[in-house]
Amino acid sequence: MSGNQSTGARAIAGQIVLYGLFILFIGVFSRWPSYQSLAPDRALVKLSFSHHGKPVSDCHQASAAELAKLPPNMRAPVRCPRERSPVTVELDVDGALVYRHVALPSGISRDGAASVYHRLEVPAGLHRVQVRLADDARVPGFAYVRDATLTLAPAQILVIDFDSAKGGITLQ
Amino acid sequence: MRVRPDSSLTAQFPVTPSFAAQQLHSAAPDTWGRRLLRKLDGPFDQVFGAGDSPLRHLGALGVFFFGLLCVSGFYLYAVLDTSATGAYRSIDQLTRDGVSLGGLMRSTHRYAADAMVLCTLLHLAREWLLGRFRGFRWFSWLTGVPLLVLMFTSGIGGFWLNWDQLGQFSALATAEWLDRWPIFASPLTRNFLTAGAVSDRLFSLFVFVHIGVALLLLLGLWFHVQRISRADVLPPRRLMLGTGLSLLMLATLMPVVSQAPADSSAVPSRLPIDWFVLFSHPLMYATGPAVLWLVFALGLGVLLALPLLRQRQPVPVAVVDPAHCNGCRRCFDDCPYAAVTMVAHAGGVRGREMAQVDADLCASCGICVGACPSSTPFRGSERLVTGIDLPQTPINQLRSDLRRSLQAHEPGTAVVVFGCDHGARINTLADASTIPFSITCIGMLPPSFVEYALRDGAAAVLVTGCGARGCEFRLGSLWAAGRLSGNREPHLRRSVAGEGPELVWAERGEEDRVKAAIARLRGQTGNGVNDQRSGREL
Repeated sequence: MSGNQSTGARAIAGQIVLYGLFILFIGVFSRWPSYQSLAPDRALVKLSFSHHGKPVSDCHQASAAELAKLPPNMRAPVRCPRERSPVTVELDVDGALVYRHVALPSGISRDGAASVYHRLEVPAGLHRVQVRLADDARVPGFAYVRDATLTLAPAQILVIDFDSAKGGITLQ
Repeated sequence: MRVRPDSSLTAQFPVTPSFAAQQLHSAAPDTWGRRLLRKLDGPFDQVFGAGDSPLRHLGALGVFFFGLLCVSGFYLYAVLDTSATGAYRSIDQLTRDGVSLGGLMRSTHRYAADAMVLCTLLHLAREWLLGRFRGFRWFSWLTGVPLLVLMFTSGIGGFWLNWDQLGQFSALATAEWLDRWPIFASPLTRNFLTAGAVSDRLFSLFVFVHIGVALLLLLGLWFHVQRISRADVLPPRRLMLGTGLSLLMLATLMPVVSQAPADSSAVPSRLPIDWFVLFSHPLMYATGPAVLWLVFALGLGVLLALPLLRQRQPVPVAVVDPAHCNGCRRCFDDCPYAAVTMVAHAGGVRGREMAQVDADLCASCGICVGACPSSTPFRGSERLVTGIDLPQTPINQLRSDLRRSLQAHEPGTAVVVFGCDHGARINTLADASTIPFSITCIGMLPPSFVEYALRDGAAAVLVTGCGARGCEFRLGSLWAAGRLSGNREPHLRRSVAGEGPELVWAERGEEDRVKAAIARLRGQTGNGVNDQRSGREL
């Protein structure tokens, strides 16, 4: 075998090796090592809602003087504030407060929905969960309270939401 | 417009240029990055050849894989059911029944995406190590950085279309990351809370993220190469064939399969994550969304700020002399950075053109000087004035230095070496019978200088430069080789080119190869180099 042939053979062998390493690298790291986002003995609680709080204050009857200052087409006798109340939520797991958040209404005029998303890992098994939610700044205390005792399987996701059509706080 | 009003370069630019090796002034800094790359390039050049080495075509390989993604993507889009309930089934069945065209397309699509990410990141690292982010290259660098964001956005979005556990995990992780800041009125995450929350309309958004952003990426690529003429958009055929077949083989041996269908009631136990594209999700869950935002903002900020850091002194750009520019367009054709355009001649002659240099685009490589037919040293004028010249190293100075150096030697004894400031350091080779001239780029050498040196007493001429794929200014070595072999204008006269000046492509650190070539030239005939010279003169 001449020197040129030998060099050519070595180059081809080198290319085969390098192409092999290339696809090996791609093939391996496109799937390995596998990722476990949650330990095997844990469950996940997701607390999330998007909810309009009650108006921050009551509507009131506009006086004649107030109405006179307004253009004729805007002289509604009852004046209601646009701004909504912040929504306060608390979550107890097994009697301990694990999360508390005051969600402000969205929007420049604070008249949009207040939103929350929070994820919480808990050990799988039996848990007593209490969720409290207040959405009216005029009323002290929590207007909605939901108590539940439930068993969470490993890797199970418990979603805590708020749906006024379904009576308030929902667990699913 | 950079047009020299008269022929007095030194009056305009009071510098003392010289090509003499002893007074060399413009050698490129040999950074650790360049040394590292030379070490890496060496074995790859040996195996693939310098012209076909994948390390020298990383950007083009990225574009090639993008092309593979487009081709396979067309097929996949045709079979994809873009609904929350149908997406999984439509993709899963492609690989459910063993090897099939659909399965190959799907697997190739995924692996081409991984290969594109890999090559693009290596391309970025290589250009950074070479320091190619400052000066006239700022535009290519800054237009390349946003492409990274688009590439990962489109890549991550692709996993969502196959609505399996991996896609769901990726969509949720991305939503949780974006929800770190109150960007949206309602958290994006709520779209994935329950099975009922995932709607068909959401899949329209997924399609936009994956395909719409990929189209933006294509547009961005167009901007990325705007300031490069004759851009190597695709790698050499052999490389395309090798990498393409490799990916097909991988797709056959290890087909990509779907995970279990998306399930919002349980966290997937273990996911075979694609680390090339989805690495940011585990990083976020290990550190938190705020940290990932910080890494993202800092990374992007540093990359965008790099061209502003450590600015070098601007180098005077090429200057056109209307009186000596005949509008031949050779500099326009040869400029690697599209810095030369042709405009109506300043002399007002109807229909006649002249070159114009855009100072922002000019790399000061001098390739235009080598392309100019007026750069021939055989012109009789006392002062050699050419149509386009570099103020800091005018072509007249090269002729003067060459003439002076040869006069200091016995005729037929000295070997003249023309090299470039970025290749092998030829100034270290100077001795009693070797006259080195290092110029900015070997593409700056008008080929007639070879004949001029031989006629003026050089025993032989050796031309060296960085090599076709390693040229600091992209095309200088290629054009020089073409001109010297008579295949490109302005060409070396056939009678001289027939025997050919010795051409040695040697990068920094390969000075020994040049030295060996000089020794070979000296010992070529029994009578030494004198015979070679006399032969050439005939």
